Amino acid sequence: MPNTKELARHEEVQKRFTGAHALCAGCGIPVCVRTILNVIEEPVVAINATGCLEVATTRYPTTAWNIPWIHVAFENAAAVASGVETAYRVLRRRGRIPKEIRFVAFGGDGGTYDIGLQALSGALERGHRFLYVCYDNEAYMNTGNQRSGATPFAAQTSTAPVGEKSFGKPQRRKDLTEIVAAHHVPYVAQASISDWYDLAVKARKAVSVDGPAFLNVLSTCPRGWGHPTDQSIKIARLGVETCYWPLYEVSEGRWCLNYIPEEKLPITEWLRPQRRFAHLFESGHEALLAQIQRQVDEDWEKLVRRCEDLPPSPFPGGAMEEVWR
Amino acid sequence: MRVATEQKRLTLITGAEAAAHAMRQINPDVVPVYPITPQTPIIETFAQFIADGQCDTEIINVESEHSAMSAAVGASCAGARVMTATSSQGLALMLEIVYIAASMRCPIVIAVGSRALSGPINIHCDHSDSMMARDAGCVQIFAENAQEAYDLMIIAQRLAEDRRVLVPVMVMQDGFTITHSAEPVALLPDESVREFVGQYEPLYPLLDTDRPTTQGPFALPDYYFELKRQQVDALEAARTVWLELQERFAETSGRRYEGFFEEYKLSDAEYALVILSSTAGTAKVVIDRLRRKGVKVGLLKPWLFRPFPAEEIAQALAHAHAIAVLDRAISFGSWGPMYLEISAALGRYLHEKPVLYNYIYGLGGRDTPPESIASVVTDMQNELDPRVLRYLGLRE
Repeated sequence: MPNTKELARHEEVQKRFTGAHALCAGCGIPVCVRTILNVIEEPVVAINATGCLEVATTRYPTTAWNIPWIHVAFENAAAVASGVETAYRVLRRRGRIPKEIRFVAFGGDGGTYDIGLQALSGALERGHRFLYVCYDNEAYMNTGNQRSGATPFAAQTSTAPVGEKSFGKPQRRKDLTEIVAAHHVPYVAQASISDWYDLAVKARKAVSVDGPAFLNVLSTCPRGWGHPTDQSIKIARLGVETCYWPLYEVSEGRWCLNYIPEEKLPITEWLRPQRRFAHLFESGHEALLAQIQRQVDEDWEKLVRRCEDLPPSPFPGGAMEEVWR
Repeated sequence: MRVATEQKRLTLITGAEAAAHAMRQINPDVVPVYPITPQTPIIETFAQFIADGQCDTEIINVESEHSAMSAAVGASCAGARVMTATSSQGLALMLEIVYIAASMRCPIVIAVGSRALSGPINIHCDHSDSMMARDAGCVQIFAENAQEAYDLMIIAQRLAEDRRVLVPVMVMQDGFTITHSAEPVALLPDESVREFVGQYEPLYPLLDTDRPTTQGPFALPDYYFELKRQQVDALEAARTVWLELQERFAETSGRRYEGFFEEYKLSDAEYALVILSSTAGTAKVVIDRLRRKGVKVGLLKPWLFRPFPAEEIAQALAHAHAIAVLDRAISFGSWGPMYLEISAALGRYLHEKPVLYNYIYGLGGRDTPPESIASVVTDMQNELDPRVLRYLGLRE
């Protein structure tokens, strides 16, 4: 695995995903995309669901992509990837493609947790060799912060607004990483734009397995979350340090925690800097805050228990060790 | 259609099997499919051919038709030759991506076993499914019988991939009536089919990583309209390419699809019927009977519905006293889709227009016996009011 300097140089050479895009200042998506593409050594083809990344990078006749890239619709990135990957296998077998190629699909949480879940599930079950990356910014941000299946409990969104009779989204978010793990695919991991080295290692590992791989990457949205654009990495890191967004992986069915905070921060540290949670700090919402803390604690304990059966994995993590060899 | 006198061999197969044989002989790279009645025997027969080593296509057994068409677009853009098959709700579910397949200029051949749309759910034949897709940007071809279904699938592959065209081509055969009924079919030798379709050479394959392309970008009002205009040109070009391919196909097979539609005893007809697909076969029997009684009646059976050969059809019908268009679909709130086309064609190209009738028939697989078709001719002879939309075999 290359170090920081080597990765930076790699980017100079590759420029697979260029700055010629219109993503917002402080958006987590380009960090996620660039980190992942830069650690893939083989030629790579990108498949994109409709969403911020697609809209902001390919305004015809311009493009931010120096690699082959395809977008078809919102809910079908995994199905399109199935077609591209199958075409690759056939054409390679028939002697028409001379080299190894890797395939990475990108979708937001709306395109992955919600409308694209069926296509993703089908592609995982069929075993296509591709990496699916969900950049999870916890709502439909491209259309203006509508709630999705990834939006956390009590967050303010434009379709689950806060009001006299509403405290924001009344339901919990679904756990997509666990849903994907239940497909028994070779590699599934949760990562964050704040922990880029962990993300880079996971991306490298994900494209090295012979089958489907999945990365769920916490990705900030200053517009939707309501925080200063220069605080993105810090806020994503608070998601990790509060154990709201644990960094872990499921490799060949083995559950492994990649990071255990030295001191688990209270969930309010993650909530307070974000305007979407501001209402929770008004008086009368103490019970909601306590409920959120309880949920985080329970989920974290469950995850730790699940991972405890495994050989201890020293931070910076089992994934890194294995790739490092 | 003139059938060559020298038929090498006839095989007794269903329309679905005929389509599967065409697919076996074409041996495409990728076939993403999802099962739906009455399309299933097409994909089952084809899967068995692969299992038996008679061709080596990769089937993707996807989890929905939406994903079938999505995978088809992905594979086609990647540079593969792609075919698929569906019916009814399957086509409805695909439809969002069928539009995109056309706009991304994917030459995917789609075999359709025509079936009614829900609701209520019904597995039997009508043309609601393909008519729903008529504005998607695909070429649409209707086959009367198993032989036509086979021939037109082979022609469709070359038509789709011609660089002047590059859009999906749908080949319709009537569900059950044709998909599940055995008929003698003259299959071409495998080599002839492979020679006819040749190898697909994609223009901008996504898998060419040395020449990266951005496919399916975001186009705003400054470009979208021009891109749509190019699709208009593609469909227009399909007319020319269709005629060229018929010459080649006649050389290969001895079977000639003359023009864009079949004319049956039409040249001196006072009364003309316009019917798609298998019911055209029934109409021929009726026409023969009526001709023996001295009634001058004929048939026009379009193969090509998109692009719609409006001028040619108007000219071919110009001499008739009255025309009845039989539609196996309805545009609710309006009339039959083919009637609307022909009405527009007559208005555009003829000064003196024949009287034009519209009948809706056979929805949800309702049988259309010869007597029903004969009653249409009687109605025309009796000069019924053509401003009334009529139905065949319906209990009012």
